[in-house]
Amino acid sequence: MQNMLTVIANTLKGGAKINGSRVVVSARSFADLTPQASFDIKRCDLHRLDEGPSVQTVLTREDGLRYYRTMQTMRRMELKADQLYKQKIIRGFCHLYDGQEACAVGIEAGISPTDHLITAYRSHGYTYTRGVSVKEIMAELTGRSGGVAKGKGGSMHMYAKNFYGGNGIVGAQVPLGAGVALACQYQGKNEVCVTLYGDGAANQGQIFESFNMAALWKLPCIFICENNKYGMGTSVERASASTDYYKRGDYIPGLRVDGMDVLSVREATRFAADYCRSGKGPILMELQTYRYHGHSMSDPGVSYRTREEIQEIRSKSDPITMLKDCMISRNMASLEEIKDIDATVRKEIEEAAQFATSDPEPPLEDLCKHIFYNDAPLEVRGTHPWMRLKSIS
Amino acid sequence: MYMYYGITMVFFTVFWVCHIYIYINNMTLFIFYHVSYQNVTPFLCIIIALHSVEYHVLPCDICIINCILLLQVTVRDALNQAMDEELERDERVFLLGEEVAQYDGAYKVSRGLWKKYGDKRIIDTPITEMGFAGIAVGAAMAGLRPICEFMTFNFSMQAIDQVINSAAKTYYMSAGRQSVPIVFRGPNGASAGVAAQHSQCFAAWYGHCPGLKVVSPWSAEDARGLLKSAIRDDNPVVFLENELMYGVPFEMSEESQSKDFLIPIGKAKIERQGNHITVVSHSRMVSLCLDAAAVLAKEGIECEVINMRTIRPLDAEAIETSVMKTNHLITVEGGWPQFGVGGEILARIMEGPAFNYLDAPAVRVTGVDIPMPYAKILEDNSVPQIKDIIFSVKKTLNA
Repeated sequence: MQNMLTVIANTLKGGAKINGSRVVVSARSFADLTPQASFDIKRCDLHRLDEGPSVQTVLTREDGLRYYRTMQTMRRMELKADQLYKQKIIRGFCHLYDGQEACAVGIEAGISPTDHLITAYRSHGYTYTRGVSVKEIMAELTGRSGGVAKGKGGSMHMYAKNFYGGNGIVGAQVPLGAGVALACQYQGKNEVCVTLYGDGAANQGQIFESFNMAALWKLPCIFICENNKYGMGTSVERASASTDYYKRGDYIPGLRVDGMDVLSVREATRFAADYCRSGKGPILMELQTYRYHGHSMSDPGVSYRTREEIQEIRSKSDPITMLKDCMISRNMASLEEIKDIDATVRKEIEEAAQFATSDPEPPLEDLCKHIFYNDAPLEVRGTHPWMRLKSIS
Repeated sequence: MYMYYGITMVFFTVFWVCHIYIYINNMTLFIFYHVSYQNVTPFLCIIIALHSVEYHVLPCDICIINCILLLQVTVRDALNQAMDEELERDERVFLLGEEVAQYDGAYKVSRGLWKKYGDKRIIDTPITEMGFAGIAVGAAMAGLRPICEFMTFNFSMQAIDQVINSAAKTYYMSAGRQSVPIVFRGPNGASAGVAAQHSQCFAAWYGHCPGLKVVSPWSAEDARGLLKSAIRDDNPVVFLENELMYGVPFEMSEESQSKDFLIPIGKAKIERQGNHITVVSHSRMVSLCLDAAAVLAKEGIECEVINMRTIRPLDAEAIETSVMKTNHLITVEGGWPQFGVGGEILARIMEGPAFNYLDAPAVRVTGVDIPMPYAKILEDNSVPQIKDIIFSVKKTLNA
């Protein structure tokens, strides 16, 4: 009798899904789930700041599920990229972001779409949070015309509105970000620029030059160091005389944040954005995070760190698992809901991968396009003098 | 007695099987490390001699031995070996760069060196090109002989002030008081799928500057001999390698295995003799020129392929001599056309004695004048292909 009821319940559940509705028939109804809850946040280490971000935050069910879905999408997208790279469908460089999802999602939650963001080459996650669809990202990775840069940029050169890439040269994006902040200040629209770099880049001279000018001119720039403990194959202790990256801004106030907790990142970003918008000048944030993959797809990632270390972080501090556990333990989401999201995400990624592998490559006419903006068409020399190609803006 | 023959047959079979396995699999690394690092060649010879006395040695066996002695060496291993030998020879030589020590090199060119020489001679730097290039130049000024590795020459742009203003010009500015015996090396030019910021060729950029020597090896022998010369040279040398050539094996003669095997900087090499047209190239493009020449030979067109080996000082004499013989010239390079290596060669020919021997305008085959796109079909069409070289040769000969 009990079995019969279960079978009937399951069939009904299945029926609900087949109808195409997103209603999850669960043992508990929505009314049972908490709409929002208050969470405690780890206190941040502060540098030249009297007060830090709030130690308590309110998370709504809606926001929580949205963050979960976004992080899960990013995770699955990166794993799919790993697969496609091993099948040689993606070529060249591929730097994967899995493990660091809480940073991208938390930052985006703390700013608004009219703010600006720039990062380095580990950029697929940020490309997504800044509004580019998974389809366009994957098609760019596979070098097809449906890619966000029409296949001409590749993994490290994806752009979107208020998202300035995707930059291949370590550290070069930081002065660029300070420049975007200058434009924000100049144009007076109360926007900020989030400028990201890694622990490896943190020693670059041009970053200190940017700090100086940003502080001097009080640019609304949030410098964020994503410290994932390794700059390619070199651990932070072997690369930096000081590993307190949040203090490296010296005269620029800084805070050190747990980058594996999306709520901590969100709160810290909100705090930093408020600081900048109030005209006090730049601020520096260090996000302590971790990447599961090696530096890039050509780095196995285990010659300079142990598999045990990777496993430990995965089991104890995985950002997606932590958010899921938080929400379920506070009765803000049901397991079935989460599973449903997982299934939807998986399907979305599959479809995007399908598109990315079947979309045609850009046509040869695109070869010389986009050299100059708003310019008359010009002739471009091909591989020999008899090959005269056309460039249109 | 039968037992004796039984055992020897077993040894013979094992010996044979090993040799066939090695020959078929072309285990360059295996042979290379055993032969060169442990000097097994004489040992092998003794074994062969013993065998030839006791057993019937088949002709194939000798061929296989010859192959092993002739040695197939990849460019990567040739560079590794050259650095190893120079580090051993001169205490003042040291290597610094990103991931060169504990990671064994981003492209594994410095594999095993840190294990052998330790922290003092093989130094991992932070990702700060301007800084460590400057540090390397300073060390060279104070009596050491650094090898400064750029993970790719694209990143040398961050440090180019140190290369030009601090290294190249100093001997001149000091009127001979201060020399800078430094080598800047790393992969240069297009790779595969690495897009615009990681695919630039810097041969023309560095070739432009007085005070610098600029070298661009093609084969494993080039790599070995030229790197040794570069390290022993008392001047700043920019050593442009190519990532796509690292894994390519070449035959290395017995002579090139010597620890003092040097190739002079500033001398080109004729890789293929021909009478109809001179084809001048450097680095990876030499492979394409030779392939194109093989195709053209079937149609009766004999190309003389010159491997420049050095960009600066340019061996104009070798090119002029060849042009005076063939009366036709094309240059082939991977870099952009404007103000490039090909442009310089053509200008020198115009200004020199060979101009009057030209029966047709000299022509450059170059990369397309665009930033490097990522998509495969676009990338393939952004650099010279064999068909472009063949087309240009035919057009020049018919003109």
